[in-house]
Amino acid sequence: MDDFIAARSQMALSLAFHIVFSCVGMVMPFMMAIAHYKYLKTNDALYKGLTKAWSKGVAILFATGAVSGTMLSFELGLLFPKFMEHAGPIFGMPFSLEGTAFFIEAIALGFFLYGWDRFNKWFHWICGVIVGISGLSSGILVVAANAWMNSPSGFDYINGEYLNIDPIKAMFNEAWFSQALHMTIAAFCATGFAVAGLHAYLILKGKNIVFHKKAFKISATMAVIAALLAPLSGDISAKDVAQRQPIKLAAMEAHFETEKSAPFVLGGIVDQANETVKYAIKIPGVLSFLVHSDFNQEVLGLNEFPKDEWPPVPIVHYAFQIMIIFGMLMMGIAVVYLFARFFKKEWLNKRWMYQLFMVATPFGYIALEAGWTVTEVGRQPWIIYGIMRTVDAITPMPGIQYSFYIFTLVFVSLSIVLVFLMNRQIQMVAQLYDPNDPNYNPEKH
Amino acid sequence: MIFVVIAFLWTALGMYVIFGGADFGAGIVEFFSSRDFKEKTQRIMYNSIGPIWEANHMWLIIAIVILFVGFPKIYADLSNYLHIPLTIMLLGIIARGTSFTFRNYDVIKDKWHNLYAHIFTFSSMVTPFFLGIIAAATVSGTIDSNATDFLSAYIFSWLSWFNVSVGIFTVAICGMLAAVYSIYSVENEEDTVHLRGLAKKFSVAIFITGGIVFAVSIWKDVPLLRWIFSEWYGYVAVGLATLSFIALYYAIEKRYDITIRILASFIVLMILFAVSYSHFPNLVLFKDGTYLSVMDIQHSEKTIALLG
Repeated sequence: MDDFIAARSQMALSLAFHIVFSCVGMVMPFMMAIAHYKYLKTNDALYKGLTKAWSKGVAILFATGAVSGTMLSFELGLLFPKFMEHAGPIFGMPFSLEGTAFFIEAIALGFFLYGWDRFNKWFHWICGVIVGISGLSSGILVVAANAWMNSPSGFDYINGEYLNIDPIKAMFNEAWFSQALHMTIAAFCATGFAVAGLHAYLILKGKNIVFHKKAFKISATMAVIAALLAPLSGDISAKDVAQRQPIKLAAMEAHFETEKSAPFVLGGIVDQANETVKYAIKIPGVLSFLVHSDFNQEVLGLNEFPKDEWPPVPIVHYAFQIMIIFGMLMMGIAVVYLFARFFKKEWLNKRWMYQLFMVATPFGYIALEAGWTVTEVGRQPWIIYGIMRTVDAITPMPGIQYSFYIFTLVFVSLSIVLVFLMNRQIQMVAQLYDPNDPNYNPEKH
Repeated sequence: MIFVVIAFLWTALGMYVIFGGADFGAGIVEFFSSRDFKEKTQRIMYNSIGPIWEANHMWLIIAIVILFVGFPKIYADLSNYLHIPLTIMLLGIIARGTSFTFRNYDVIKDKWHNLYAHIFTFSSMVTPFFLGIIAAATVSGTIDSNATDFLSAYIFSWLSWFNVSVGIFTVAICGMLAAVYSIYSVENEEDTVHLRGLAKKFSVAIFITGGIVFAVSIWKDVPLLRWIFSEWYGYVAVGLATLSFIALYYAIEKRYDITIRILASFIVLMILFAVSYSHFPNLVLFKDGTYLSVMDIQHSEKTIALLG
């Protein structure tokens, strides 16, 4: 493995790992706040238990997100020092604001976790909401920084120098809104489905059913709303990408030749040598419609661009397909659930409904990671789109592959430990969190 | 505006050394606690740093963000030459952060907790040790920007007798800070006596390791003493730190709990001041005598203004 691939892989791995926890941090506080609100309104101790159960899980995941985020702030420099040397002053502003948001989040979370029966109950509730709002802002700010890499602005690039730096313009670059919107909705969708799926599984197992059903209802509702909004924000993103980075859009669709009334390519195997996609479903005119809202408009193909500026087409195409497929599956589940909620109440208690959600547990995260792959790999070979190539940004230090192996080991073992810990949390629901269970006795632990 | 930003940077570093130091120190105190006291120390440390440790990351992140936004060349060069110690420090941060959380939030208490505790104490020693090495490497002129081979560029840029001695000194400081900080959150007599004893031991350790740092700087001809004692404020800072030490020892004995916290933080700030002010405005000194200064900011004035 050469240093360039190793550095990119390490960065990709670190981000792929961090993204999971940051999304949990963005979304779970809102679910907790809903359960907490229900407790305050109804005084049903079950909701208090649910809030606490969720918050314990969140504390573990939040800490993992905090350390992996700290690592990323160093890794940017460790792996791509040339990039940070030039980009730091330009796109640093969202990072400084993100720091503030994280600060507020960490303090509010501390208040929330240690505040049971110590604060005024509504102040305590507000602390939980603040955790969510600051988590959400952190996410949006970091995505704004990433969007700058796709849509560099706020400076003039003259003879290899970065002049007239304007950090505010850089932060509100053209891509920030569509990327942040899509990412936020995706985070709600992913976390919502993961949590709903987990509780669905526990309902099927038949223990603490009332407890898990309440949890399921909150998380499934959130997941369903997000799953229906995701395609809309995806459409905004796609139009935006087509305008700013037509080459990325062409790679997403493995669209080699510029053509009018371009078809939407679903699935298939990319044959880059012959510049075709085999075994794909092609829906005529739909790509043109998606990009330009007109079935006959022209869509630029990869061949319009020099080959050394092409991103790795198969990876981007497959990642995009995975995102679309899982996004559609989740939308389908959402439609079924909503239909049941409004017209067929009896479906809601059917085993197949819970099985459906159980199977969908990882769907949101699969789509999220795939979507992020599209954004990042689709930008290659550029680290700052059109300005600096990734290969020119990498650290001169040799032997990065060892660093990559070590970090891989760390992330894999941490993931295993986290699954183990979450499993232990779930085992303890009866004793610690569900007041209706005969074994309930939180004092003992 | 630039001075505001430098002040922020220095404050963030100072806060990180004080609070982050106490946080690292929790593991160090635990490591040096006798077997009988280990479990008790764990509980005390959890109570004193549990609610705040996550916010401590913040000071580090603030410092890093200021560095790469305001002084990107410094950030890039340090990331480059100190790649290895920074990576080890990062692994330490992730190991101790996660093991601390796992230990406290894992709902079933069993032998796994011993594993978390071992990881936590071990990484709590390693992380500040390398933090000290990194800090020393930036100011001691070990970074060789003309190096062409791997060893001189990426190993001897940070691995030197002086830097290692500063690493050990940093570990002692963190231990002292944690012991002093947590005395406050202890209720019963036995624990207080235990922690006071540890605080005193760590104060002695700071004196000894600090002496070693001075001795090594003379032996290896690191111009540390010359910088610090080149101006009157160097004498004042070192003098105040030494006086505070004596006062600290006395205050621990007399149980002035608030005073010892203030004194401990003051000592740390004075040490940081003595070292950083004598270098100012230079932040990174290279082996060939050239340096990177925090005043070298040609084209990021608008960024600096916004940071300020």
